[in-house]
Amino acid sequence: MKNKNLYNYILGIADNSLILGQRLGELCGHGPSLETDIACTNMSLDLLGQVRSYYQYAAKIAEDGRTEDDIAMLRKEREYFNVLLVEQPNTDFGYTMARQFLFDVYHFLMLTELEKSTDLNLSAIAKKSIKEVSYHKRFSSDWIKRLGDGTEESHSRIQTAINDLWTYTDELFHQTEADKVMVAEGVGVDVTKLKDAYYEEVNAILEEATLSVPESKYFQKGGKQGIHTEHMGYLLADLQYMQRTYPNMEW
Amino acid sequence: MTKDKLQIDQKLYKILEGVSDPEIPVLSIMDMGVVRSAVIENDIVKIEITPTYSGCPAMDVIGDDIKRAMQKAGYIAEVDLILHPAWTTDWITPRGRKALEDYGIAAPLDEEADKSVLLEGKQLVKCPQCGSTNTKMISQFGSTACKAQFQCNDCQEPFDYFKCLK
Repeated sequence: MKNKNLYNYILGIADNSLILGQRLGELCGHGPSLETDIACTNMSLDLLGQVRSYYQYAAKIAEDGRTEDDIAMLRKEREYFNVLLVEQPNTDFGYTMARQFLFDVYHFLMLTELEKSTDLNLSAIAKKSIKEVSYHKRFSSDWIKRLGDGTEESHSRIQTAINDLWTYTDELFHQTEADKVMVAEGVGVDVTKLKDAYYEEVNAILEEATLSVPESKYFQKGGKQGIHTEHMGYLLADLQYMQRTYPNMEW
Repeated sequence: MTKDKLQIDQKLYKILEGVSDPEIPVLSIMDMGVVRSAVIENDIVKIEITPTYSGCPAMDVIGDDIKRAMQKAGYIAEVDLILHPAWTTDWITPRGRKALEDYGIAAPLDEEADKSVLLEGKQLVKCPQCGSTNTKMISQFGSTACKAQFQCNDCQEPFDYFKCLK
């Protein structure tokens, strides 16, 4: 592979969307109401659509005969570079929305920068995706406000979810080796520079939702290096089942 | 993956007009604005289409339908998916908008109107059944990626609204 850094960089972005898309897809037929069920699966569909563009591009760079499906479905756990946040389970609707919100704010900021990438493929994918992601962010922010400023029960549950997932937010702004090379080449986004804008926006919405901003400074990391939480193996078992059981099957 | 100028061979236009979106059968792909170029090079038809939404499952079907329609007309066609410039609802033609309305899907408003409708609950979306603008949004996400769910407060009919995308 001539450009291993670009390949790894693309996976770093795409894997977040794949794994979050898989989590949202688990709600198909299981959402708390028809509308939220449809919304979550719609967002999943958007994310998986974006992922296809990234993996098709990655497959071209890999030059080893693998297709987008191979890249998506046939890697081992340690070869996925998604952040820990997106693999966290759908504990309840509060967790699902908190995870979505904490990712969407980052996703939107990241894509805004990726639009300016000197890599025309990446900037085209970013320009396409950001329109969809702005809908996701609107949806999840609305739910944070509704649940936070709702009943005592909904308030306490969304606060618990935010507190629990907070520990995974700092990782969003860690740079990998591939990141550093790609930023230097004008291809990649310097995620460290998104941090202030991220917390400013997140905190403002939490405040509007009458929720408190968690104070803990203890953060988890590892996903970007392929070291995942205990949930990842189960998620991949689900995701990869068909390709592992019936190799090379196509939809 | 990118293409800035629209380029359609007039001989192919008629054939492409006969292909429709499988999820909105009344809407021709030409009226939807997803065909970015259609040219004949060395007896092979080369067509580029762009997705409405990244995950739109209709794109694969549209690609196959185009190839089939071309084959019927005696052409061998190759279909490529391009991403840039990204599709916007502005590319739906006036005839396409009318077809949507007739089919029972409210056509997209402009971006600002869309925001105020989806965010502040302003009543601007017209019910495709009775024409009333006394309507409310039920959900920002609807039966397909490109639609939101609405309901008319007057005739009570639920209906789809084609979201504005810019």
